[in-house]
Order: sequence, then structure tokens, then C-alpha cells
Amino acid sequence: MPQGADIARCEDVLNRFRLGDIDAFESLFREHRRSVYGWILRIVRDPAAAEDLTVETFWRIHRAHARFEPTRAFEPWARRIATRAALDWLRARRNESGMTDLDVADMPSTSAPDPGIAAEVRLKTAQAFARLPPSLRIAATLAVVEEQPHKEVAAALGISVGAVKLRVFRAIRLLRKDLLEQGITP
Amino acid sequence: MTKQDDERMKQLLQQSLPPIDPAAEPSRDLWPAVLRRVDAEPAATSGPARQNWFDWALLVGLVVFAASFPATIPVFLYYL
Repeated sequence: MPQGADIARCEDVLNRFRLGDIDAFESLFREHRRSVYGWILRIVRDPAAAEDLTVETFWRIHRAHARFEPTRAFEPWARRIATRAALDWLRARRNESGMTDLDVADMPSTSAPDPGIAAEVRLKTAQAFARLPPSLRIAATLAVVEEQPHKEVAAALGISVGAVKLRVFRAIRLLRKDLLEQGITP
Repeated sequence: MTKQDDERMKQLLQQSLPPIDPAAEPSRDLWPAVLRRVDAEPAATSGPARQNWFDWALLVGLVVFAASFPATIPVFLYYL
């Protein structure tokens, strides 16, 4: 729990950031870079791309410094900008080739794959997932794969909780349809 | 499709795309790259002017289109 002096220091940093102070911006970067990077990595699932997008996000944050309201929290604001940057990246990559075995194996995951599910099925599922529209994919990644609360996903995407649930529902249905067309019955 | 089917699909998805390690960190210090980007494209010059120009061009295009094809106006209103 932040103490009085810490709160005053945070407010001072946020006020200075709003006025364009580069030292305050660096201070915010140092404090939030891990969480911003982690959030982006959850969405794009590519460490190198997540690093580039973290740079892009903080550049966007700096560009928008005058619009920041110091009375509001920095983290959700940064997360929303990061989500937008990640969504732009997913859209740009949508027509590129799908994921490979290597892509899936390279992800810094927390759990080992279930041996009961064939590697080929997992790969085809990941490829089918990569073909989904980015707006559905991002909602399903955060809400289903990363199990983030719907409220946080909604705040990051700038939509309602109901819209998040609807996007997840549509993503799951489209994914199932794609897999059935490939002869895979989930 | 039942709720059970949905749950099975979610499990398959979680197995295919395992959650990311929450402790994952960037492999390098990104601050120099952020600073280079900020120096290359200063905050004051980009955003508003370009956005303004695009907004106006879009508005003019829509008005011209709506004037040329008035029957499409209800379709536009439906999707707003």
C-alpha cells in the first residue's frame, strides 16, 4: 500500500509527465515496462514482436502525454494503448503465413502440453486460431487462454463486458467450424 | 453446439496456446530504443494535423457518396 509520500511522488511524476518532462516519462517507463511488455506478449505471443511493440507503445504514450489525466491511473491507460498497438500488429500480420511448430514451441509458457491431445491437433488449432479476425482473437486470447477477468479485457479493448463475452463466443464458434472443416472434431 | 462443446473448445485452445509465463521480461533494455523513437518523431508534430486532414477527407467522401446514392443512407445509419 503506497504511503503519503509515495502518493505525492507518484502524482508529481504523473503531472510532470503530462507536461512533457522526459525524466518523468523515463520513470514511468521503468516502473511499467514489465507489465506493458507482459500484456503485449500475452496478445502477440512473440517475444521479439512484443519488445518492438513495447517501444511502439511507449512512443504512443509519449505522443499522447498532453491528453493524459493525472487524476486517473497510468496502468490501465498504458494497457489500452498497448492493446491498440498489438491489435494493429495482428491486423498487419493477418494475411501473412500461419504459425509453425517452432512458433508454438518458442512461446514462454507456464504449462506443459497435455499428451492426450495430439501435437498435430494442437498445431492445427493454433493455426486456425491465427486465422480468426484479430478483434475476436485478441478477446479470446486474453479471456480464455490467459484467463484475464472480462472486466480487465473490456477496459483494455475499450468495449463493454458483454461485447467481450460476445467476441469470445464468436471466436470459439468460428474456431470450431474451421477445425471441423479440416476433419478435426474437438 | 452445447455449453460442453464450448468448454471442450476452450480447453483445446488452452492446450494449443498455453498461457504466457507472467514473469517474462524483455531480453534487453528498451529505453534507448524508446528514446530514439521519441527523438525521431517528436510528439507535437504528428498526431492532430494528420488526423484532422483524414477526418475531413472522410467526411467529405461520405457526404458526396450519400448525395450521389441517397438510398444508401438508411444502410449507413443502420451500421452506425
